[in-house]
Amino acid sequence: MKQIKIQKILFWLLLLVMTFIYIGPFLFSLSISLNAEQDVFSWPIRLLPEKWTMNNYKEVWEGLPFGTWLKNSALITAVQTICNVFFASLAGFAFARLDFPGKNIIFSIFMASLMIPGIILLVPKFILLNEFSLINTYGGLILPGLVSVVNIFLMKQFFETVPKDLEEAALIDGCSYFRIYWQIFLPVSKPALAAVAIYTFQGAWNEFMWPVIVTTTSDMFTLPVGMSFLKNEFSVNWPLLMSGTILISLPTLVIFLVFQRYFVEGVASSGLKE
Amino acid sequence: MARVELKHIKKVYDNKVTAIADANVVVEDKEFAVLVGPSGCGKSTMLRMIAGLEEISGGDMLIDGQRVNELSPKDRDIAMVFQNYALYPHMTVFDNMAFGLKLRKFPKEEIKKRVEEAAEILGLKEFLHRRPKAMSGGQRQRVAIGRAIVRQPKVFLFDEPLSNLDAKLRVQMRMEIKQLHRKLNVTMIYVTHDQIEAMTMGTKIVVLKDGDVQQVDKPMTLYNDPANQFVGSFIGSPSMNFLSGRIEKTDRLYFRSRDVNFSVPENIQSKVAPLVDKTITLGFRPESIYDHDYEDKAQLTEKVTITIDVTEPIGAETFIYYQTNDQEFCMRSSSGLIYENGQALNIGFDVARLYFFDSESGQRLV
Repeated sequence: MKQIKIQKILFWLLLLVMTFIYIGPFLFSLSISLNAEQDVFSWPIRLLPEKWTMNNYKEVWEGLPFGTWLKNSALITAVQTICNVFFASLAGFAFARLDFPGKNIIFSIFMASLMIPGIILLVPKFILLNEFSLINTYGGLILPGLVSVVNIFLMKQFFETVPKDLEEAALIDGCSYFRIYWQIFLPVSKPALAAVAIYTFQGAWNEFMWPVIVTTTSDMFTLPVGMSFLKNEFSVNWPLLMSGTILISLPTLVIFLVFQRYFVEGVASSGLKE
Repeated sequence: MARVELKHIKKVYDNKVTAIADANVVVEDKEFAVLVGPSGCGKSTMLRMIAGLEEISGGDMLIDGQRVNELSPKDRDIAMVFQNYALYPHMTVFDNMAFGLKLRKFPKEEIKKRVEEAAEILGLKEFLHRRPKAMSGGQRQRVAIGRAIVRQPKVFLFDEPLSNLDAKLRVQMRMEIKQLHRKLNVTMIYVTHDQIEAMTMGTKIVVLKDGDVQQVDKPMTLYNDPANQFVGSFIGSPSMNFLSGRIEKTDRLYFRSRDVNFSVPENIQSKVAPLVDKTITLGFRPESIYDHDYEDKAQLTEKVTITIDVTEPIGAETFIYYQTNDQEFCMRSSSGLIYENGQALNIGFDVARLYFFDSESGQRLV
């Protein structure tokens, strides 16, 4: 009895420590964002601001082209998320359910491409888009992220767990393959689709490297890129940066909280259904 | 009208494995045909070829005289009930049944009418707005049948629809499907591995083994007149007993095997005469073995003495098992006599119910 109690306490302690490790920096950023600039480096470190202020948030919103960046980020993220869900599920369906020549070879090539570190592809991608005059355009920002192999793989794996009978029943009922995909497979695959959507949203919203490379003027910046410019060689306006960061992370936070159930299910490969 | 005809149908997988070599089967209009056989015999493959879910490697598949080999499932005017029900989990019972009609652009009122009619027949009226998840196995299978009914197809196909249900429900659904056949008066083709299901439901049974059609006949004809040893052993429970031996001629004809010997009765001598000196397999059903001391001896063979191993009284009848050197035999006694384990017993075989098979090919000789 006693042993179990101690185990439980240790378990809780461990959880608390882990929680603190993950949430601590976030809370600290939150605290800094509510500070006046001159108070940030006061010693000893204060975990709570001496004087609460919302000025930083106001300044982020008014002093920076925050609205433009928000619009860019939102547009890119929305398009990429929708396209990923659509294309990845469509391709996943084809790989999982259709027979076409070269299916296995094409899929192997897709999988092999995952082995190449993304960083190596930056330059060729840039050159390619430059050829198409897409640098510093929405096209250049959005196109490379329209569909990802990981998502195709995820959807393929999920679709393979859908019973074959379901597809055959639909065939006999008179469905075309596209309709089977659209009216049977998509509705029964909500957890997997949600996982793809959430991962893509998170990835696109937080993406930094590609936008910073492909944009040249501040009106094309996304939020993470814009924020990074608050940090220059000589000084960093920490409260401003932190309040921007907090603002940026809000949507992901909300989405995670709302879709948490799907998120966890999706990670657990969400294979269980009747 | 819906007549299904398989002419020299062949199925070869990947140019290597032959699932069905050369099948010729005719299912007449309004017949309830059952495809039966052990697992791997090609019965499901055959059904799926009729449905259009499996490509046909050779031969002609005709529905109402029209060749359908290249038609897609939806254009064959068939409906199929699957073993795992295959209901769309995200749709209500109503939508599950209506789906096929919606795709075929039926007017809304017509769809509603047909679904409600089917629900009435199957006792699903109060479940129309439920999801499959909230229903029991039997109810789900009824929905699957309903989905087939509303389409009013030419041919109903059933792929082992009852094997996921428990024994009691299976018997009940068996009767329901039979009644449904009578009510709808349409062609049905039903696949099962259960010979009892086949015997009780079918008006015509197709027995398959290793991709070959063994025999196509009415249930009782199959039972009384099997074309070969396999059909004899597969149909009937407990199954037919077999004994390999020879017909020998001395002063008269004798059947001789290691343990069981008897002289061939007068009335079948002429039939058996051509088998003299051939190795044959004698088949006899459990109920064709009688207690020689109690039965009318005129219709029995000479007595053979055996020792009972195990008796299984199950009420109306008793199964008696006994062993000869190489095989176990089962006798079904409904005389009400009581037998003991280990008891010696004089038995005789019903002369009219002896089957002689070729030991090599298994073909029925007499």
